[in-house]
Amino acid sequence: MLEVRELTMRFEQRVLFTQASLTVADGEIVALLGPSGSGKSTLLKVIAGLLDPDEGRILLGNVDITTVPTHRRDIGMVFQNEQLFPHRTVAQNIEFGLRMRRWNSQRRAERVTELLELIGMSGFERRRVTDLSGGEAKRVALARTLAPSPRIVLLDEPLTGLDRELHDQLARDLHQLLRTTATTALVVTHDRDEAAVLATRVVAFADLTPRLPLAEAGDLR
Amino acid sequence: MSSSNRLPRLLLVALAAPASLFFAVLYLWPVVSLLARTLTLDSMRAAMHDSALRHVVWFTAWQALLSTAFTVVLGLGPAYLLARYEFTGRRLITALVTVPFVLPTVVAGAAFLALLPDSLDQSVTAIVLAHVFFNIAVVVRGVGGLWQQLPTDLTGAARTLGASPLRTMREITLPLLAPAIYASASIVFLFTFTSFGVVRLLGGPAHATLEVEIWQRATRLGDVSVAAVLSVAQLLLLGLTVAWFAHLQSRQRRGLQLQPASQRQRPRTSRQRSLVALTSAAIVVTVAAPLIALIERSLRTTDGHSLAAWRGVFGASTDQPARPTTGVLVDPLASLATSFRFAVMATAISLVIGATASLAIAALGRRGRVLDIALMLPLGTSAVTIGFGLLVAFDSGRLDWRASPLMIPLGHALVATPIVVRVVLPVLRSVDAVLRDAASTLGASPVRAWREIEIRLIARPLATAAGFAMAISLGEFGATSFLTRQGRETLPIAIERLLNSPASLLHAQGYVLATVLAALTFVIVAAIETTSNRVDRRA
Amino acid sequence: MNRLAATALTLALAASACASDSKQASEVAPSSLTLVAYDSFSLKPDSFDAFTKSTGIAVKIVTAGDAGTMLSKAALTAGNPEGDVMWGVDNTLLARAQQAQVFSPYKSSELPALEPTAVALVSGNLVTPVDEGDVCVNYDLVWFEQKNLDPPANLDDLLKPEYKDLLVVENPAASSSGLAFMLATIAHAGDSAWQQYWTSLRGNGVKVVDSWDLAYYEQFSGSTGKGDRPLVVSYGTSPPAEVIFADPRPDRATTGVIGSTCFHQVEFAGVLRGTKYPTAAGALIDYLVSKSFQELLPLTLFVYPARTDAALPAEFNDFAVRPADPLVVSPSDIEAESKNWIATWTNLVVR
Repeated sequence: MLEVRELTMRFEQRVLFTQASLTVADGEIVALLGPSGSGKSTLLKVIAGLLDPDEGRILLGNVDITTVPTHRRDIGMVFQNEQLFPHRTVAQNIEFGLRMRRWNSQRRAERVTELLELIGMSGFERRRVTDLSGGEAKRVALARTLAPSPRIVLLDEPLTGLDRELHDQLARDLHQLLRTTATTALVVTHDRDEAAVLATRVVAFADLTPRLPLAEAGDLR
Repeated sequence: MSSSNRLPRLLLVALAAPASLFFAVLYLWPVVSLLARTLTLDSMRAAMHDSALRHVVWFTAWQALLSTAFTVVLGLGPAYLLARYEFTGRRLITALVTVPFVLPTVVAGAAFLALLPDSLDQSVTAIVLAHVFFNIAVVVRGVGGLWQQLPTDLTGAARTLGASPLRTMREITLPLLAPAIYASASIVFLFTFTSFGVVRLLGGPAHATLEVEIWQRATRLGDVSVAAVLSVAQLLLLGLTVAWFAHLQSRQRRGLQLQPASQRQRPRTSRQRSLVALTSAAIVVTVAAPLIALIERSLRTTDGHSLAAWRGVFGASTDQPARPTTGVLVDPLASLATSFRFAVMATAISLVIGATASLAIAALGRRGRVLDIALMLPLGTSAVTIGFGLLVAFDSGRLDWRASPLMIPLGHALVATPIVVRVVLPVLRSVDAVLRDAASTLGASPVRAWREIEIRLIARPLATAAGFAMAISLGEFGATSFLTRQGRETLPIAIERLLNSPASLLHAQGYVLATVLAALTFVIVAAIETTSNRVDRRA
Repeated sequence: MNRLAATALTLALAASACASDSKQASEVAPSSLTLVAYDSFSLKPDSFDAFTKSTGIAVKIVTAGDAGTMLSKAALTAGNPEGDVMWGVDNTLLARAQQAQVFSPYKSSELPALEPTAVALVSGNLVTPVDEGDVCVNYDLVWFEQKNLDPPANLDDLLKPEYKDLLVVENPAASSSGLAFMLATIAHAGDSAWQQYWTSLRGNGVKVVDSWDLAYYEQFSGSTGKGDRPLVVSYGTSPPAEVIFADPRPDRATTGVIGSTCFHQVEFAGVLRGTKYPTAAGALIDYLVSKSFQELLPLTLFVYPARTDAALPAEFNDFAVRPADPLVVSPSDIEAESKNWIATWTNLVVR
């Protein structure tokens, strides 16, 4: 279970969110809905440990991880624009997290095959990631994050930049994938429909914080 | 680029033409003329059997490798800092780092010497330290330029997958920075391999590089023939090394989704703040200490300190009517104006030639490598060879340009152009091919796509390159010393003459000018930092 | 200045108009001549006004690096020179200039007024001596006074233990003063013993640096650098150079010269072979050794005039040392042997 307790984040004089609180139960897929630039991505990065909060605590399975460095949190994250490693092949990208966890090469290869099958991209092992289409790249990014089976997966606008048809298709696939792997996930999106398809529960970003300027809060509803 | 999206042949030719012509007329022809006139079988045989020369070659190579390695390793820290963090004084510090690179070694070397502990005098340690000091800007700016465009989320991705900061650095950041690292390393290697001033000043007579040996043979011993052999040997060794670096660099090229350099962050945590503060302080102290030594030297007299030398340079010369016969070595203020004029011309020339050459090299792919390496050759050729070559090539009839005032900025451009290329090319090479193909699929012709993407992308590196080119011209000494005419002395030439004056007051005036040059360099580089940031914001 | 230029131009045009009629008869009078000189040649442009006034020919100066560089460049372009007259080839370079056929002979009418020993160095009037000077060991007067120690009196004294670690010299492979000092030791100790001399000097802690300014301004204790060596190889005229620009001017020099260590240098000027204006170039040589021009040299180049009747400034009489019997090596020996000597020296002293 992920618990975010009263996180406050200021950024160069601007307050992004104050005392934001949120709980994600095991097995849940929560979609966090809010307009672009409202600080949703920042919240994900704080949870992942890529940014330090000004105030507040983060707990994972009742353990306070606020000061634990990112690489020891066992939290996976799918970034906007995928952020695949351009100097590595598809297989090397997917097995990256497994290498960090010292899996041997045979187990890694098996896991990569398994995941490629899961995302419908069998046989793509040796392909260069720079040669992938937009949809393929997104699926590889997801497989890379899921490979080490992290305790929770954070997804930052995972489906932006795709055309409508592909988008809807992938949204359904993604939901299915998260359910079959029984992954706990927190998805950030600005798209109400996407949130509905992906998540088991939808939360408005504005509702996380007790005091938000009225105008902005109004925009959300 | 996919083959169907090739640029028209005519455009490629037009792009490659200025640089090719420039290179052929100002480098190839002079050097070949000189070699044709001076190379003999006897001198080659003599050079081959000279064991002292083998010692020189060996020393030149290993001190250059050592210096390059240290410069790259020590430069990564400041490169990271300046690329990733936004803080008050960042631009000033970037400018400060660049100052030693552009100061003539005659000047900063003397200041460096003053600060060096006696135990290190005339040692290899002193040479390597000075090489790091002078060249670290190449790494800080070259690698930093790519680093600040590397998406932070990419390293973030590695961290969330379980990679420690160190592991992320090793597995993700460094491999992706490799093109810029190799490019910077090849420039540093060139400069340290052909090091002249630093080695003479700090290494003493026991440590001679090929460049020093060539100079000694050609000008001291009148043995231009053996000097020519050594010059060819130097070129071959450097050609091989640079080709190797270029090979590594092109192997490392990959389509990165570069971001405009807007993602610098203010240090947030106390650890980040102290990192920024400590590194900044280290940079300021390292660069400022020799510069302060320069100022102190300009104030020195035989029995204390005074402003006499400053009055001599800037005050009215009517101060000393009692000694009307006293000579003038050089007019210090006029040299300032001359230097500035030449710097503007050289910058313009090298930007035009460097930019078109970079676009051509990037578009030509493998075939572009020839032009790339050719333009680097002047950096690896001894100043004596180029100077004597120009003298020999342009000495007849209508082509008697030996005394032409254009020769000096052209000579400077010869040295600055490869730097422009090295700054611009890594960015061009990292352009996402997908980006270009995407533009094509949206209906843009290859030329249009190229114009939209490449031409826009080089705005920022060009601004950086302009700073380098101008600074290089201001500080250039080697080639200028062979082309200078009375009344057209540049600042470094004026400084060198004054420092060599038997009168200590004039010697101090040399340090006055050196201080002025350092300040001027700093101002120009700082100004360019500001403009290049404006370019960012527009993009 | 404008009027002068106009006059010169008119003269030149008139001359070229005449020349078209009688091309062989006489050379065209040029509007200007180019004087090639080493880069420390520091005479003001107005030093040539008198010459321009009397001949209508302006003088342009081309600086060409240090004397060695200048000669190497001249050798490469021999017969097609960068200028008409060259100033500054000295006795260590003379034979090389002769071999490279850089000059064409000119016999100046002023020769009888010049120092006979200097004139005697030249065969066939190839060049004309213009100035003289000496490279000598200088010492820091104050340092020796404070230590209550007598400065060394000659080259052999430099090997004594009381002068251990006190001397800094220049590398003869890289510096003309260093070369001159090495030649001084060869002239002093002779062909057979000079190597032993340097081995001993090395044993006595001599320091070698690459250039004169490093030795004098960084290592020497007697100048502004305040280094830690009170003995340095420099010039016989270094003490007056120290005081001439000092403000206020001291009443005594702070450095001294050890007369018996001096190597004699003579500088020459010559007509460059291939000039289009040999006659005018000859006139310029005559001007360079004229009394008024020669008297400008001491305070600009810190050398002695080659002309014996030129008056010396007071500072030279007060502070400079001009040894009666300086050490010499003949130009032909220098050219024949200097490469070997330098190689030998390098092996002995710095390897």
